[in-house]
Amino acid sequence: MSQIFHPSTNTISKVTLLGAVFFLAALLWVFGVIVRSPYVTEANVVRQQPVPFSHKHHVAGLGIECRYCHTTVETSAFAGMPSTKTCMTCHSQIWVDAPILEPVRASYRTDQSIEWTRVNDLPDFAYFNHSIHVKKGIGCETCHGPVDDMALAWRANSLNMEWCLDCHRDPARYVRPRDKVFEIGYKPAEDQRVLGERLMKEYAIDTQRAVLMNCSTCHR
Amino acid sequence: MNDMNHSRRDIQLPVIHPSGTAHDAVACEASAHPGPEFWRSLDELAGTPEFEEYLHREFPDNASEWMDPVGRRQFLKLMGASLSLAGLASCTRQPTEKIVPYVQPPEQIVPGKPLFYATAMPRGGLGFPVTAESHMGRPIKIEGNEIHPASLGATDAFAQASILQLYDPDRSRTVTRVGQISTWTEFLGALALELEEQRGLEPKGRGLRLLTGPVSSPTLTAHIQTLLKQFPGARWHQYDPTGPDNAVVGAKMAFGEHEPLQAIYAFDKAEVVVSLDGDFLCSGPYAVRYARDFMAGRRVYANNGRMNRLYVAESFLSSTGAAADHRLKMRPPDIPRLARLVAQHLNMGIEAPANATDEQEARWVAAVARDLQAHRGASVVLAGESQPPAVHALACAINEALGNVGKTVSYIRPAAPMPVDGMQSLRELAADMKAGQVTMLVILGCNPVYDAPADLGFRELLADTQSKVKFRVHWGLYADETAEYCHWHIPAAHYLESWGDIRAYDGTVTILQPLIAPLYGGKTDLEVVAAMLGMGNQSAYDLVREHWRTAGLSGNFEPAWERALHDGLIHGTASPLLTPKVRPELVQDLRREWEAGSTPRAATQEAGESSAAQGGLTILFRPDPTIWDGQFANNAWLQELPKPLTKLTWDNAAMMSPATAGKLGLANEDTVELKYRGRTVNAPVWVVPGHADECVTVHLGYGRRRAGRVGTGIGFNAYLLRTTEAPWFDAGLEIRKLDGKYRLASTQHHHSLQGRHNIRATDLEEYRRHPDFAQHMVHKPSADMTLYPQPSRDQSEYAWGMVVDLNSCVGCNACVVACQAENNVPVVGKEQVLVSREMHWLRVDRYYRGDDPDQPETYHQPMMCVHCEYAPCEVVCPVAATVHSSEGLNDMVYNRCVGTRYCSNNCPYKVRRFNFLRYNDWDSPVLKLLRNPDVTVRSRGVMEKCTYCVQRINAARQAAKLEDRSIRDGEIVTACQQACPTQAIVFGNINDPNSRVSKLKAEQLNYGVLEELNTRPRTTYLAKVWNSNADLVGKEPPGNFRPDKRAHAKEHGHGDSIETGKSEELKTEN
Repeated sequence: MSQIFHPSTNTISKVTLLGAVFFLAALLWVFGVIVRSPYVTEANVVRQQPVPFSHKHHVAGLGIECRYCHTTVETSAFAGMPSTKTCMTCHSQIWVDAPILEPVRASYRTDQSIEWTRVNDLPDFAYFNHSIHVKKGIGCETCHGPVDDMALAWRANSLNMEWCLDCHRDPARYVRPRDKVFEIGYKPAEDQRVLGERLMKEYAIDTQRAVLMNCSTCHR
Repeated sequence: MNDMNHSRRDIQLPVIHPSGTAHDAVACEASAHPGPEFWRSLDELAGTPEFEEYLHREFPDNASEWMDPVGRRQFLKLMGASLSLAGLASCTRQPTEKIVPYVQPPEQIVPGKPLFYATAMPRGGLGFPVTAESHMGRPIKIEGNEIHPASLGATDAFAQASILQLYDPDRSRTVTRVGQISTWTEFLGALALELEEQRGLEPKGRGLRLLTGPVSSPTLTAHIQTLLKQFPGARWHQYDPTGPDNAVVGAKMAFGEHEPLQAIYAFDKAEVVVSLDGDFLCSGPYAVRYARDFMAGRRVYANNGRMNRLYVAESFLSSTGAAADHRLKMRPPDIPRLARLVAQHLNMGIEAPANATDEQEARWVAAVARDLQAHRGASVVLAGESQPPAVHALACAINEALGNVGKTVSYIRPAAPMPVDGMQSLRELAADMKAGQVTMLVILGCNPVYDAPADLGFRELLADTQSKVKFRVHWGLYADETAEYCHWHIPAAHYLESWGDIRAYDGTVTILQPLIAPLYGGKTDLEVVAAMLGMGNQSAYDLVREHWRTAGLSGNFEPAWERALHDGLIHGTASPLLTPKVRPELVQDLRREWEAGSTPRAATQEAGESSAAQGGLTILFRPDPTIWDGQFANNAWLQELPKPLTKLTWDNAAMMSPATAGKLGLANEDTVELKYRGRTVNAPVWVVPGHADECVTVHLGYGRRRAGRVGTGIGFNAYLLRTTEAPWFDAGLEIRKLDGKYRLASTQHHHSLQGRHNIRATDLEEYRRHPDFAQHMVHKPSADMTLYPQPSRDQSEYAWGMVVDLNSCVGCNACVVACQAENNVPVVGKEQVLVSREMHWLRVDRYYRGDDPDQPETYHQPMMCVHCEYAPCEVVCPVAATVHSSEGLNDMVYNRCVGTRYCSNNCPYKVRRFNFLRYNDWDSPVLKLLRNPDVTVRSRGVMEKCTYCVQRINAARQAAKLEDRSIRDGEIVTACQQACPTQAIVFGNINDPNSRVSKLKAEQLNYGVLEELNTRPRTTYLAKVWNSNADLVGKEPPGNFRPDKRAHAKEHGHGDSIETGKSEELKTEN
């Protein structure tokens, strides 16, 4: 019987099969990269706000500590977003006529809230609690990055589950003394591994990583 | 219509054989193959082949099939397209969200932390004390008030569901005038004009009538009194369709006092309780407290082996009857005879009629009387509201004769300062309206067009175009049937939006405080009455404060006011307990009345006359267990809540006993025409084992025409048959079978555990002989007989577990609604309930036991995810969406679930619920306010189940860590535990040997359901012990524990041995 297929079919079929496998793998890899990219996670993407609030000026420039505005970070799951009144505690006395602050004054006058764009956001099915992280010695900048450098806020880390689990699997790499939690630019005095292990025992952080790795700790 | 290849088969439940009684049919089948020990319906007992087939699949026929009329090809096309897009699902970017802070942050509100405020829920004019949980200014959950005597921290199903009523999208939102939108100011203007006219009449206000429910609010009463003084010719009528009229009239008969009296009981001091058709455990304003007190005497393991005993004589199987050690089913007209028999046995000088007491009844009464005599001063005899006043009076006399007064029975002045006989009051109003004497009618919170007795013709009185009632005002939560016939409708403020005050049943005053400003500008009844007094610009807040400033909040007003608001009650306002003496003439009066043959009101059939013919049935009217008198008809949670005994949802039915149904040739879901006093109503039939014969019970509250989108047109309206002469029961009912069947959505078969030993029960005598009986009923495999890795309890500080006490559970279902409120559990509707898709995470299964379907033992078993240590569901999830936490919880991760449903397939307890459709309401804006923000709102395609309220566990763990301490025992209270009136559910840390839950698990009554499957459940149950009277026990003692003679011979079997208990298991395997 004469050959139906040209001998090159052998090569073509091998290339196609292997190529298909390779192509699928590559496709999955590309998806993986896309999903972790700033396009999807919005990490390092500067967000526009109704009022161009500069953390750089207020934190680095004026030395205002995080908790002045984000008041409930030690008591509640939600760190607290400053109300218009908080802004007005200063801006009723300084920069009172600045056009850049007009939306703030208008908000205070008309009793309409300012609608900020959310920078650090988790999906609704993930329940994050600030107070417990602060209590256990995780610094603000560990997750939120160099806030004192942000003229306009951006998300410093992807905040996806992979990133959270990275710490939860081995918190000793990131734990810092409680009194340094709100400090920006903190460098550990000794080797982080040694310090971390010690602090984990002292702060009773889940050494067996039992509760930290439970699904229900964050997903309910 | 469905164009799929096969048609949808309805689930056919077989007709009970018409030639014999249901008993015969069951007996026939039973002899062919012995039925299951515990059965949930007559079909299960009979083991019909249809039932077996139904059981075979977890979700009955076609449950998981596409129910929309979409063809197969279309479906595959859609699936093909969506499959290709599925891969891109992970590429969705999270949409940009706004974060919106306050402008001026309110004091005390910390976003993420709830606040709790004490208030009270008005029902039937009395207040039920509650604590409402508020997140960011929105109340989302109701709990009880721990220090108030009427609640002690617990709630009932109505209180739990009241939060949904606040956010009901169908609530009326605006003042309307003849259906057109108007304003409060315009109403005030029109009101002023009308009142001016009334002032001109002689005497002033001659044409003015005020119709309210019972009122116990001191401020409102004071203002109404002022109004009546201003308008001496006006009348104030009070009406409650399920009001306690008979009890008040009966007490008056007994004590002759000018001031009315009501009984209040201390069940925790009672050893013997006899209830004559009274559902004191679940119905009534004080039921939560009564249930708690009564069950305190039931915990045989905690009371040195002592237990109280409950005797109930009733017609319709109620929760109290189900909890009774000895229950006698009787028609309501026969119960007065029973009361007289008891009195006769107690030598009180009352004679019972000589004839027609059958042997069973005579034996029952003799035993009851002996027991009462043996427990003088520690017993209670009470009568239900449906019984005529003479029975109530007789109960008062019996309690006095037994020396119970001042100990277990006391009397108080009713909390409503001006109680009236509601039926009489409404009759007078109707008569006045008919005579044309009423020109102005103000209706506050009543719905007489719907729920007034049919013989008054209230609708016609209002609808009459010649009606002289030319100014009609209706104030209510909904623009309901009565609002349709009124000129003005004022939207009411819900109690969670209101300032006010109210008294609980025991008289304690609660100041109502709002948790949220009225969503729709609603007004309180206080403001409406104030408007009539010309004070229309005063807010309820000012009015209440003004009243209490002068009425004497003791001491300094402001601190006392703050204290009252904080505590949720005003200390020292409970009505003092009185111990009046029964009139010596009472016995003679009663005797004379009965001997003369005149029967007291509402009992129109002489004892002894049995009605063999169809025309001689007795009709019973009862408030519905979940809808009450109709006011909750639009509450979807309550509509879908399975009724405690019948397990019906979304419908009411004409309920009767198996014997009666057999005689009439009726089966479940048949439709019949009920004819009574010339009025007819069509109804579906539902057979209730344990129901009295020759009676038909209908539940009030259904068949509404204008309840809202949920409640309109559901069920049939039993008020159309009700009359003022016999509001509770009467003879003269005729039944005629109609063609066609009516599908009733009952959950009694859903999620069956297929005859396994999930209930373990025995008698007190047997328990004393074998305290560990519950351990010997199944073969428990040893701990290492498993392929799963063994969980280590030392990994975490806490290991969560739960115990449910079957002795305490009354089946009130408050826990089910509490769980629904706490966890954002959706409502699915009747169509979906019919295919077993109801979403309740927690269900209360009701089992009957016994071969006689007319006299079953009844058991309630709350069933939720038991968090197995060796969970069958965890190993089969392909995406690891359900995993075991280190603290013993079986976690459910909604975002991972892809909807395989293998987990629910594998779960032997059938506690997993799948969102087949997007049941949660995503669209109504107001319902978004209702949701608990701490729990994910699930969309379609994900599995959900009880999580041990993991949000509460996490919150407690975080709070404890913030304070550098451990979680204390009792700090975490699951929603079901918190709601339970009898404290039947206990949750805690089983790693702590001193915790309450550990101590309960150490009891010998403790067992796990389906532990023979080696699931190692963390939720275990305490077996039920009945306290039977030896004189009344039949051939077999109650319960299913039968000591194995072989096991007696050798040692009581070790749990690990294969032989022990094997014979028991095989016997019931079919």
